[in-house]
Amino acid sequence: MDRVIVCVKPVPDPQAWDRLRLDPVTKTLIREGIPSVINPLDRHALEAALEIKDAHAAEVVILAMAPAAAQPVLREALSLGADRAVLLSDRAFAGSDTLATSRILAAAIRRLQPFDLICCGNFTLDGSTAQVPSQIAEILGIPNIMHVSQMTLEGDKRLLVTQKIEQGYVRLEAEPPLLLSFTKEANKPRLGSFLEILAAEKRELALWTNADLNLEEALIGLKGSPTQMADLLVRQKKRQGLRLEGSPAEMAQQLADKIHRLGLI
Amino acid sequence: MDFRLSEREDLLRKMTREFAEKEITPKIEAMEETGEFPVDLLKPMARLGITGVIAPPEYGGVGLGYLARTIVLEELGRVSAAIAMAMQVHHMAIAALKDFGTEEQKKKYISPLAEGDTMGCVAVTEPSGGSDVLGMQSTAELQGDKWILNGRKCFITNSHTSNYWIVIARTGEGPKGLSAFIVDKIAPGAKTGRVEHKMGLKGSNTGELVLDNCEVPKGNILSQEGGGLSVALKTVSESGRTGMAAVALGILQSCYEEAGKFASERVLYGKPIAALQAISFYMAEIYTELDICRLLCYRASWMKDQNMRFDAESAMAKSYTCDAAARCAKKAIEIHGAYGILKEYKVQRLLRDAMVTISAGGTGEIGKVVLGRAALAPFQKK
Repeated sequence: MDRVIVCVKPVPDPQAWDRLRLDPVTKTLIREGIPSVINPLDRHALEAALEIKDAHAAEVVILAMAPAAAQPVLREALSLGADRAVLLSDRAFAGSDTLATSRILAAAIRRLQPFDLICCGNFTLDGSTAQVPSQIAEILGIPNIMHVSQMTLEGDKRLLVTQKIEQGYVRLEAEPPLLLSFTKEANKPRLGSFLEILAAEKRELALWTNADLNLEEALIGLKGSPTQMADLLVRQKKRQGLRLEGSPAEMAQQLADKIHRLGLI
Repeated sequence: MDFRLSEREDLLRKMTREFAEKEITPKIEAMEETGEFPVDLLKPMARLGITGVIAPPEYGGVGLGYLARTIVLEELGRVSAAIAMAMQVHHMAIAALKDFGTEEQKKKYISPLAEGDTMGCVAVTEPSGGSDVLGMQSTAELQGDKWILNGRKCFITNSHTSNYWIVIARTGEGPKGLSAFIVDKIAPGAKTGRVEHKMGLKGSNTGELVLDNCEVPKGNILSQEGGGLSVALKTVSESGRTGMAAVALGILQSCYEEAGKFASERVLYGKPIAALQAISFYMAEIYTELDICRLLCYRASWMKDQNMRFDAESAMAKSYTCDAAARCAKKAIEIHGAYGILKEYKVQRLLRDAMVTISAGGTGEIGKVVLGRAALAPFQKK
């Protein structure tokens, strides 16, 4: 393995979610004042890549599409041990849905060729579609395995992958190039170190725009996005009182029936 | 003036916070129960760079400055003031070795401290008092190629968890009659005495060191004979006071977060109590104290990093922040109402911890003595 690309998305810090608001007009998240962090599952993807780097000295490249203000998040990824980072940032990318995003990321990955492996988080905390990893693989014409709960590299080229499925687990063997998207069971992400923070200051953080990718504007951004948001509603949480009457045994039965009807057990 | 922290400092904070929340939080219950320092945290803290944050890279450290250390201690203190306290004293031992050690001493003692193989402590205080340094009674006498130390040190943080002790003892009369020594725990006559049971900072080990005809190699004197007062004053004033201030700053940050969360969640009269003006005023006071203290702490550390004289600023940061932490912890408890005194709620621990910081590393009153002198200096007639 020579090069592993890790796709990373800066997402609003889950610890600040109670402060998140939706813009009622644009139906998008108001991110102002909310700190960004590396999407938690992407930390597992990065860890998988770093483990390959530790064992085989592969180069780990971070790739993200985000506004230029997200640079500190990429610097954080570098301080965890990645070798270099590319931030894709252009007004033309704004409003991209998962398909347009996948086109942009795939085009950047082509520029980063040759690569052996692409590691992604299984889904992102803010979008939660889980569509981007498979779409990238499809565009690049390489195989992909989702829901990876374990990965080991045998020799230099043979990957043993455990995929989590509804009924249990599937064990697969794979060879590069391929794309893997990881679940949180896959590993325990490292915490980094202060020395790595200092070392990361000297690592390259490149800023690429569409001028570097040359993608047709009709394929990216809002114009290139077939997904149209019809509406977005905030779920209202309400408390409702319920008065039960009868003997204790009858009330218990009514309560049990109610819980059962609500599908809570 | 630019008050923004750099990207590096933001990352240090983020990384330390993540470590503290993930690795230290699960230890707190046992620390509160037993009062023991979780020694198994040392190596993970070393891997991150916490133990050796101010140690030079050539001796296994990270080589960062005091502002970085303050941020790290603040983040540790936000989760556990006890761990922050243990680390701040550990850093004091490293600072004393870095500032006064010979090349050989630095190589031998800083590396294992920076790499978390063991801990360090600085032993000045005696049963007769801590702030009255010149009143100390422990003695050191040169016999052949060994110093023979006798005496008792008390209220020593990390006393029972450290292999290396920086000990101040009397080698003569007056201010020039104090000397500093590096004592290895395994030296003949070096013993640990009682362990103290404190009301707060539980999990930071505090106890006695006993020197009973303790034999220290001649080469283990730190600085030169008679240089002990400088070692003690510089280490306590620079590392000790900024460190204690940072621990208290972490407590203050936690007071703010705990009080803010509770006030926003606790509903009375149909609304969160944060909507009550009395509560919002309490929050305003905590918020302001936090900002005052953060500015004081960062300025003092920044001045150290600029090689400026900052004894008054470090005393100000220490005495004000430790006091403010206790004041704000009390307010945070009051915001919690009766919940505030329950063990399940963190705020009661914050008050107990804050109270311990007030007398540690030089009492608030000693801080004011330093500050009074600085305040009046421009008016003194020559």
